[in-house]
Amino acid sequence: MTVFLLRRLMQAVLVLLVTSIIVFVGVYAIGDPLEILLPADASAAERAQVAASLRLDQPLPVQYLHFLGSALTGDFGRSFVFNRPALDVIFERLPATLELTFTALILSLMIGLPLGLWAGRRPGTLVDESVMTGSIVGFSLPNFWQGMMLIMIFAVWLGWLPSTGRGQTGEILGIRTSFATWDGIRHLILPATNLALAQIALVIRLTRTGVQETMPLDFVKFARARGISERRILMVHVLKTILIPIVTVLGIEFGSLIAFAVVTETIFAWPGVGKLIIDSINALDRPIVVAYILVIVTMFIVINFVVDILYSALDPRVRRRA
Amino acid sequence: MSRDGILVRALRGLLGSPKATIAAIVCLLLFAAAILAPVLAPQNPYDLGQIDMFDARLPPGAEGYSGMTYWLGTDAQGRDMLSAMLYGLRTSLSVGVTAGVLALLVGTALGLIAAYAGGRLDAFVMRVVDLMLGFPTILIALMILVVFGQGTWKVIIALVIVQWAYFARAVRGAALVEAGKDYVEAARCLGLSPARILAMHILPNCLPPLIIIGTIQVATAIAAEATLSFLGIGLPITEPSLGLLIANGYQVLLAGQTWISVYPGLLLLVLVFSINVVGDRLRQVLNPRLAT
Repeated sequence: MTVFLLRRLMQAVLVLLVTSIIVFVGVYAIGDPLEILLPADASAAERAQVAASLRLDQPLPVQYLHFLGSALTGDFGRSFVFNRPALDVIFERLPATLELTFTALILSLMIGLPLGLWAGRRPGTLVDESVMTGSIVGFSLPNFWQGMMLIMIFAVWLGWLPSTGRGQTGEILGIRTSFATWDGIRHLILPATNLALAQIALVIRLTRTGVQETMPLDFVKFARARGISERRILMVHVLKTILIPIVTVLGIEFGSLIAFAVVTETIFAWPGVGKLIIDSINALDRPIVVAYILVIVTMFIVINFVVDILYSALDPRVRRRA
Repeated sequence: MSRDGILVRALRGLLGSPKATIAAIVCLLLFAAAILAPVLAPQNPYDLGQIDMFDARLPPGAEGYSGMTYWLGTDAQGRDMLSAMLYGLRTSLSVGVTAGVLALLVGTALGLIAAYAGGRLDAFVMRVVDLMLGFPTILIALMILVVFGQGTWKVIIALVIVQWAYFARAVRGAALVEAGKDYVEAARCLGLSPARILAMHILPNCLPPLIIIGTIQVATAIAAEATLSFLGIGLPITEPSLGLLIANGYQVLLAGQTWISVYPGLLLLVLVFSINVVGDRLRQVLNPRLAT
């Protein structure tokens, strides 16, 4: 186990290092931040001064080493646009994104599990066919277009829900969240639905396959023989077994939700890191772009690692094999 | 089992389900429409001489200044939406199919080599595959485009970099199973070269997973390209794919001019959905695990 952990750790460090080099070099090869920072009529002396203050006048490897040294202490430089430390800007926006992704994750379980169980119990019937076709629609729907349609229907035509922005937040147990106010929840509904839809489709398919693979197993027959009701077999015994792969996949999918939040946040003007990265790419705000990518890659490595461990903890079969 | 056997099986499987048959026909029609776009479109949306600014943002069915009827309305530049969508479909499909085919070639080659070489090379390729699959498509594509900048070929390259891993993993798995079988042993005894055994004997038997993944990855590539273009980091404005058309409509959506984004979006949905239905059906009929 220790060897496994050490190897994973080394691999993670290597991945981060390679990512940082590629991203640093790549991001620094596009655009010129001086164009944005300085007025058009700035003198050559002013340009040189600002370039020097940002170390833009030094060779790329030197810039990278400086960057790496500061990055290790959590300093990714100051955002050109906000004129504040890049990491601060990102961490300030992160709660909004996490709130959105968690809500989407919960939604996908609440809607996907029952539908998947329902379809799985009746393979080949009309119910099964419709739920499965619906789930293909779910992940075929282009995420951004689906969001626009949600805005069109529920905000423009029906006027039930606000179309953009995060509503009022309040504090619950010391965490600032939209759930504290009705206005906040109203603002959260459309973006969360938008983000959750593809996930719902995934949970439906996973659950259905799980049910179909588990129902013919011996332990279900034994449970039946013991006279346990069909309902209890499905809701307790079968569900417990199929939850293992679902939890694992959802753990990994949590990362992809954070990635897709980029799209959702852009459409709904949700003030999270996803909108921040697109704005920063357009504004050539290099420190933010570089810091965002490294923060997200780190998060992914941590998530995948936790999921691996969780998987072996949840499933005794995997544990014994390892 | 010959190569024809698989294709015949796939075709029979598709025809066996009415839903999949319809989806396959829709796919074929859309492919034909994309190829024939210059012939079918009432207007060449790239030719500024044919576009009239006075016709900007006309609703569907409206008659234009020159007497032409715009069945799906016009966009902010006065372009006929139907024509723009046909050309957009052409762009979206060519990017998606090119990316899918290239990823298939790269992934298959690397997967076969990894399976055959084994040892360190195999371990390395598979580590990279695991790593790529650990990150969502859209995030890697976003990073690559941030690093290399915009452009049609850059989008295709980004999609290939993201998608080869799916093919490599599937091919390696299938090839390892096949490599242990008697016919490979027999081929080896005949003194055939490893390259020949891989390409002529093992590869044909890895086709079912490749066909399934290929279909689904083309759909994924089309959706991913549309998303990237919508975010403004995908295709350039000069080659409006369906994603860009939808993005253009986003600005006027709240003003009630819904057709500019609704119709291209519906077309994109129908396209991706039909390909996915076909892929889903192929998975059911070709998957050896489900068949036995």
